[in-house]
Amino acid sequence: MTLTVENVSVRIGGKALVDDVSLEVAKGETLGLVGPNGAGKSTLLRTLYRARKPTSGRVFLDGEDVRKMPSGWLARRLAAVLQETGGDFELTVYDVVAMGRTPHKRAFDGDNTEDKQIIADALARLDVEHLAHAPFDRLSGGEKQRVLIARALAQQPTTMVLDEPTNHLDLRHQLDALELVRDLEVTAVIALHDLNMAAAFCDRICVMDGGRVVSLSTPAEVLTPALLAEVYRVDADVTPHPETDVPHVILRTGGDQWKPSARPSKRSPSSAPSSP
Amino acid sequence: MSELTAGAVRVARRPGLPYIAVIGLLLTLLAAAVTAAIAAGSVNLPAGQVWGILLHNIHPALAEPTWTAARETIVMDVRLPRVLLAAVVGAGLAVCGMALQALVRNPLADPMLLGVSSGASVGAVSVLVFGLSFFGAFSLPIAAFLGALAALVAVYFLARQGGRMTTVRLVLAGVAMAEVLSAVASFLVVTSNDPHKTQSAVRWMLGGLAGTTWAMVWIPAVAMLAGTVVLLGVSRSLNLLLGGEEAAASLGLDVHRFRAALFVLVAMMIGTIVAVSGAIGFVGLIMPHIVRLLIGADHRKALPATALLGASFLILADLMARTLIAPEEIPVGILTALVGGPFFLWLMRRRSK
Repeated sequence: MTLTVENVSVRIGGKALVDDVSLEVAKGETLGLVGPNGAGKSTLLRTLYRARKPTSGRVFLDGEDVRKMPSGWLARRLAAVLQETGGDFELTVYDVVAMGRTPHKRAFDGDNTEDKQIIADALARLDVEHLAHAPFDRLSGGEKQRVLIARALAQQPTTMVLDEPTNHLDLRHQLDALELVRDLEVTAVIALHDLNMAAAFCDRICVMDGGRVVSLSTPAEVLTPALLAEVYRVDADVTPHPETDVPHVILRTGGDQWKPSARPSKRSPSSAPSSP
Repeated sequence: MSELTAGAVRVARRPGLPYIAVIGLLLTLLAAAVTAAIAAGSVNLPAGQVWGILLHNIHPALAEPTWTAARETIVMDVRLPRVLLAAVVGAGLAVCGMALQALVRNPLADPMLLGVSSGASVGAVSVLVFGLSFFGAFSLPIAAFLGALAALVAVYFLARQGGRMTTVRLVLAGVAMAEVLSAVASFLVVTSNDPHKTQSAVRWMLGGLAGTTWAMVWIPAVAMLAGTVVLLGVSRSLNLLLGGEEAAASLGLDVHRFRAALFVLVAMMIGTIVAVSGAIGFVGLIMPHIVRLLIGADHRKALPATALLGASFLILADLMARTLIAPEEIPVGILTALVGGPFFLWLMRRRSK
C-alpha cells in the first residue's frame, strides 16, 4: 500500500507540532523517521493511524483519504505499534495479541481456528509464546514491546506504523524486531532514535526537526556530519561500515571538542532549514 | 525468531478452571441461591416443593400439586418476583460495573462509587415527590435514567483533565458526586409530604427489595437482558479499551463515540434498576473482580460470568436481609456495603503495591 501524507499540519494552541509535512512511502518501502525529542515524529505518526485529526492536510492510503473511510477499514490495512501504556487489568499476553483480530471481526463473532492460528503464529514469531498466559502488566519493557509487535502482526496489515519499537529491547531483539518488519515486506514507517539502526534497516530516512521535514533521502545522503550538527547539535563522523557499506554514525565525545563553547549552536527556530 | 510454518504452533491452554466449568459452577450456584431464597422465610418450604410449584406453573403436567393454595401464593406472588428482581438487579449492577471499569479504564469504577446510582435516585425521587408523569408508567425509570446519565457524564468530565484521568481524581469526583446527589435525594424525600418519609429515604439511599411485585420486575428485566446482549456484542471493543485509548483507536475503535453510546446504555440499565431497588452499592465493584480472577479480563467470557455471579450474590444478600432479624428487614445495601467496603480497601492496597 502506498502511504501519502499531503501537507499535514497539527497545531495545538497556536504551536505547530507538525508543520506542513508531505511525504510518500512506496509499497513495501521502509521509511525511518528520526529527529530530536519534540520534533513531531509521534504526532505525525498519530495522524497516520487516526488517533489525531490533522489541523490541515490529508493522509491517503492507496489513494483513499483515511479519515473518510470507516474506522475498521484502516485497522484492517494499517497496524500501529505504540509505546505501551500500563493498565490495571489482568490482561494476559494472549488477550493483548488477540485484540489484533478485532478489526476483522463483527459483533458476536468468536475466534475461529484461523484466528487462533494467526494469534499463535504471531506469538511464536516474536518469541513470546511461552508468556501467552502471563499477565501483560508484569512483563519487562522489552517483552511488552514484543507482545505489541505480535499484536500488530495478528492484525495482518499491509502497512505498519511503529513508534520507537526498539525502545527497551536488547540488541538481539532490536535486530530481530527490525528484521521482522523488513521481512514482512509491508509498507512501514518507523520512528527510531538509533540512527545506526535506521541506516541499517530503512530504505529512506526522514529527518524531522521543529515539526518540519529537514531532510528525506537514502541513509547515505541524509546522515552527514553537517546535518547531525544542525539537527542534533552533536559533533559526529559518518563512515560506511567496512564490509556492508551501511553508513555508521560515530559520536565525537570527550576532549576539547565537547566543551559547550565548541558545540555547534542550534539554528533559530524562524530560519528556514538549510540543506546539509 | 524462528521460521515457523502455519499450523505448527499451539498455545498451551490457559491455566486454571476451564471456562465451561466456571459457567457450570455459577449456574449451579444460581439455582441453589434461587431455591434457598424461595424456600426460606416466615414459612419455610422444602426445596422439592419449591421446584414442584415452579414446574407446575411453567406447565401443569410437569408436577402434581401436593401443596396448599396459600403456599403456591407465597411462592408465585411474593417470593418469586422478589428473587427474580434480586437476580435482575444483581446481574445488572455487576455487568454495568464491569462495563464502567472498561469505559473509564479503572478497576475501581462502580455505579454507586461513581455517583451514577445516586443520580438515578435523584431522578426517581423527583418524579415521586413532585408527582411528575410525563411518560406515564415509564416516568420513574426514565427520570432515573436521565439522572444517572447526567451524573455519569459530570463525573467523567470532572475526573478527566488534559485527556488523562487518574484513579484519585476519578474516585474523588465520583464519591463527591455521590454524596451531593444522595443529599439532594434525601432532602427531597424528608421535605416531602410522604407519610413514611424516613423509611423511603433509607430505601433510596441503601437499597431494598421489600414489597416487590411482578409489575416492578419487567422493565428492569428487559433493560438488563437487552443491555447485557448489547454489551456482549461490543465485548471486543471493551477489550480494546483496556489496552488504552490510543491503541483502541489504532485498532479501529471510534473511542469517543463508543464511550458516549455506552454511557447512555449503562445509565439506562442503572436507571431502571435504581428506580425499583434504590441505590445498592459495591455489587458492581466486587463481582467483576472475582470473575476476572477466575477467568481473566476478556469481556466475551467475563460478562456472562459476572452477570451470573451478580445475580446469585444479590439473591443471597437479599435472603440474609430479610431473614437475619426477621420479621424486621435490613436494607440490602447495608449488607453489600459490609462486604464491599473492606473489599474496596483491599483492592486499593493491592493496586498500590
